Amino acid sequence: MSVFKDTGHLFRFAGLFVLAFLIFLVVRHYVVPKSFGQYGHYRGAAIGEIAARPVKFAGHETCEMCHSDVAEKKKIGKHAQVNCEACHGALASHADDPATVTPVLPDTAVLCARCHTASAAKPKGFPQVDPASHYQGTPCKTCHQPHSPGIDAGGAK
Amino acid sequence: MNISRRQLMILLPAAAVAWESVMAGTPEDAPNYKMTGHWWGMLIDIDKCIGCGNCVRACQTENDVPDGYFRTWVERYHRTDWPMTGSGPITTNPLIAPEVISPDGGKEGFPVATDESGKYFFVPKLCNHCADSPCTQVCPVGATFISPDGVVLVDQTYCLGCAYCVQACPYGCRYIHPKKEVADKCTLCYHRITKGLTTACCEACPTGARKLVDLKNPNDPIHAFLKTHSVQVLKPQMATGAKLFYNDLDGSVR
Repeated sequence: MSVFKDTGHLFRFAGLFVLAFLIFLVVRHYVVPKSFGQYGHYRGAAIGEIAARPVKFAGHETCEMCHSDVAEKKKIGKHAQVNCEACHGALASHADDPATVTPVLPDTAVLCARCHTASAAKPKGFPQVDPASHYQGTPCKTCHQPHSPGIDAGGAK
Repeated sequence: MNISRRQLMILLPAAAVAWESVMAGTPEDAPNYKMTGHWWGMLIDIDKCIGCGNCVRACQTENDVPDGYFRTWVERYHRTDWPMTGSGPITTNPLIAPEVISPDGGKEGFPVATDESGKYFFVPKLCNHCADSPCTQVCPVGATFISPDGVVLVDQTYCLGCAYCVQACPYGCRYIHPKKEVADKCTLCYHRITKGLTTACCEACPTGARKLVDLKNPNDPIHAFLKTHSVQVLKPQMATGAKLFYNDLDGSVR
């Protein structure tokens, strides 16, 4: 037993060390989120939280559930590839509650010009007009039906 | 209450175990969505982009992006003609120094170009959702990461706002949110794609210049497209594993 004589201070120190380690473990359990490290060095639950954010653009499939007549008309026209909300704006709120949320009809004089104003920078094959000389302020929908805008294709009003 | 040292030694680990069970719980994932079954990216067809800015506006609406900050933006490149007059050597190289504009990120479109010379094209930009992303590697706290389905995301409850990642992104796709004071960036509309929808920018693009692609989906048209088209990523020399594919990208784009 003579080997362990006067070694109490070492054991007390070791005890303190163990205590500090246990406190560290407890604190760590408290501050590190449970899902940290689930998929990697990050909080796994964050993925679910980001995925749970609300949607504002309903998507054209949702629009077409009710507005199948417009979808049919659009399918045969030059705007077949243009999704509803590209022109009408984000309308998930309308899809969720059609009775109270009424979408505002876009002003075609402004809306159409966004894409179709002639510019040397645009791809050459894209239909472009100079608004000033083409319609002189008349709303586009006077002649063109926006859902199927080609005049020769029977899209004219 | 009197607790001896011995009792404390037993109580502490027991408390730790008890706390663990209190904190237990599974993270909520979107139902019917398997992260391991997808590997998301995007295809951008330069030839189709008309610079209308619909994508920029849609992104701002969908994701509440503050004014003056962009998760996606559009640049207009003008590669001018070579200066063919003059007797000396040509000192300007339009391929290396193109004229680039992006007024307010292209949100309200671009000024009409009347100068027919040279070559114009629009380059929509957003997070490249790199598979070997520099931005996630520099985060000191593990607040930004690549999800198991290949989307680079930010855990905004964990982010310190140190902006290391903002500096690390070679594409300039991150910013510090002025109100939240944490890193913000394109999530590839993670809240939409996990529900089977496309991203807001793809939904709003009138010409189909942007297409969300799932590289793990064998039926995705991207696979056929990549076989038959000249597709590039931005800054391939940086080996970021970018998954933003550009069709017919001009060599002057940086």
